Amino acid sequence: MWLRRQGCLRPAGCGVEELRRRRREREAALRKARREQQLISKRLLRDDAPEEGEGGCVAVILGQAEIQQFLQLAQRGTEEKERGRALVSLRRGLQHPETQQTFIWLEGSMRTLVGLLTSNQALLQLEAARCLHELSHSEQSAVAEACLPATSYLLTYLSGHSSDFISPHVTVLEALGYALSQLLQAKEAPEKIIPSVLGSTLPQHMLQLLQPGPKLNFGVAVEFAWCLHYITCSQVNNALLITHGALSTLGLLLLDLAGAVQRTEDAGLELLACPVLRCLSNLLTEAAVGAVGEQMQLRDERVVAALFILLQFFLQKQPSLLPEGLWLLNNLTANSPSFCTSLLSLDLIEPLLQLLPVSNVVSVLVLTVLCNVAEKGPAYCQHLWPGPLLCSLLGTLAFSDTEVVGQSLELLQLLFLYRPEAAQAFLQQSGLQALERHEKEAQLQDRVHALQQTALHS
Amino acid sequence: MQLPPAVHARLAGGPGAAEPLPVERSPKAGAAPFRFTARQVRFPREHEFFEDGDVQRHLYLQDVLTQVAGAPERPRVPEFTCQVAGCCQVFDALEDYEHHYHTLHRNVCSFCKRAFPSGHLLDIHILEWHDSLFQILSERQNMYQCLVEGCTEKFKTSKDRKDHLVRRHLYPADFRFDKPKKNMSPATPRATVQVSAEALGAEGEQVEGDAMEVCSEPAGERHTAGRRVLFVSEYLLPSVLVKGHHEDLKAPRKEINTSDD
Repeated sequence: MWLRRQGCLRPAGCGVEELRRRRREREAALRKARREQQLISKRLLRDDAPEEGEGGCVAVILGQAEIQQFLQLAQRGTEEKERGRALVSLRRGLQHPETQQTFIWLEGSMRTLVGLLTSNQALLQLEAARCLHELSHSEQSAVAEACLPATSYLLTYLSGHSSDFISPHVTVLEALGYALSQLLQAKEAPEKIIPSVLGSTLPQHMLQLLQPGPKLNFGVAVEFAWCLHYITCSQVNNALLITHGALSTLGLLLLDLAGAVQRTEDAGLELLACPVLRCLSNLLTEAAVGAVGEQMQLRDERVVAALFILLQFFLQKQPSLLPEGLWLLNNLTANSPSFCTSLLSLDLIEPLLQLLPVSNVVSVLVLTVLCNVAEKGPAYCQHLWPGPLLCSLLGTLAFSDTEVVGQSLELLQLLFLYRPEAAQAFLQQSGLQALERHEKEAQLQDRVHALQQTALHS
Repeated sequence: MQLPPAVHARLAGGPGAAEPLPVERSPKAGAAPFRFTARQVRFPREHEFFEDGDVQRHLYLQDVLTQVAGAPERPRVPEFTCQVAGCCQVFDALEDYEHHYHTLHRNVCSFCKRAFPSGHLLDIHILEWHDSLFQILSERQNMYQCLVEGCTEKFKTSKDRKDHLVRRHLYPADFRFDKPKKNMSPATPRATVQVSAEALGAEGEQVEGDAMEVCSEPAGERHTAGRRVLFVSEYLLPSVLVKGHHEDLKAPRKEINTSDD
């Protein structure tokens, strides 16, 4: 549902420059909101809507009697179109917080909505899904929580259909995933909502919807991947997710994404890649990883290959996601001689170095990953020099950013320690001058001097 | 960023981990004034590291939601009727027909004509309602299985199972799976059926149909009460609707039945 419509929306009479300007404004507004911890405010998601969407987004306050009337009409009306219209009217009302409150406190309303969400008439199912969307926009936690019991039930019902791409079912699934993702972002989610979600069969359902293969629906997967991210980064009980096979499911999904990137270069794939990378990275840090059996761990070398294919894709289409990809690479390589060996045997050092000029954040992460490799000892450093690494390090020593230079110094220390010949080459390539530049910098001077000594005595 | 061809080849290859090179550390590594230690990093939800990705996600949502607020475009076709004999439902959109067919005609019990949303639920229904051995066995052991795939619990009675579904899987409290049809003729053998208390009580409203059991359309629709259903006609679907995902049509519980419900 989502991707099919991408690119269709364009306000009338809007030039490309104007669109770009608006997008920059929206982006700035979102950044500001996030820093003020207001990003989950649903109002932000609607602010632009009146300008850009077609008409009819006026929120109306509906009273109890009206809501009941619309629900009854939707449930038992004789004509399908009439029933659909009743739901449209209800939805308009649900855009208003007062109507939302009235709705959830009205007995049987949620149950009726759930019944319509599983209707055997496609139009009703779709309109009911839109009502659910509106409810999930509520700023009021009581409203969002009222949706939670329905979620488990609906997922059970809908999971039985995951092999059939019947569009209303898919739409309802996406709406559910979105509603759940809103719920999981609430401030009180880690204490109240996430524990009950983890205690239900929702995690298994979610992971099932993320299994790669012919049954995977992209829009649905995006929503549930973000749900999983909000759960994992809250650190409530990630060990449980690991026992359900989250690592292997997400790992396979990563491979699938890399394959898709190779085939289509679709600019929408990063919408799914981002939450998948985040979940994998956070889950890898769990102590439980060591405790589970072979299949549950993430050891497959193909993950490294997939990650680099995605990094290449990000570099072209979405450079802001490079740090997240490199974060995963760090967590894969930090404690794993096997993954470090993969980096070497697949010749990935040079591609990694090509990312250095992107930004300071990216540089630090690249250098950190290289340190992960170098710190494993001489057998590893043998593959780092001779090679392009030294030249790149002479380049990063010219950066003004202290953290980049600092990490370069760490890497040089490891390289000189395990591969003394590299120190000589460093001298010959005017390495000492490169170091001198930072002799006065407080955070760097001790390390600079130490390296100067090492190089001179090599 | 240039990737060596080995990378693409490796992705296409089989699973496996690289045989690690020998690790050999010196105590001088990362020693003062140096400080490097290889370590994994985790970020909590509000960390600024996530800012860029979060902003991209919300930009996407903003775009999408303005579209959701609008009315959906639905391609229309000339009106046509459902091909299942006895079903007179008329459609003008293929999507609606597909949905109708799947929900009402696909997983149908050949004994009592009730339709179910999935093959899994149909199987459970047949076992519990039309298998005489089931009743005998259930006297001695827990036979009512939980409806949620992946949950292995079994129960002595359907009420116990329902309680479990409500408590453990957060199902709505008035959820039903075993309510008998109201228009069942008394002559139909029902000796094996568990009739739940709620079903006998006056429910007043004619609900649209529980999700776990699909009722036929309310009286106001075009169906007649005593419809005949011929499952053989499932094979005669217009080919335009038999897309890839219909290829796994199960062998229907075929029965040419000419008696009324």
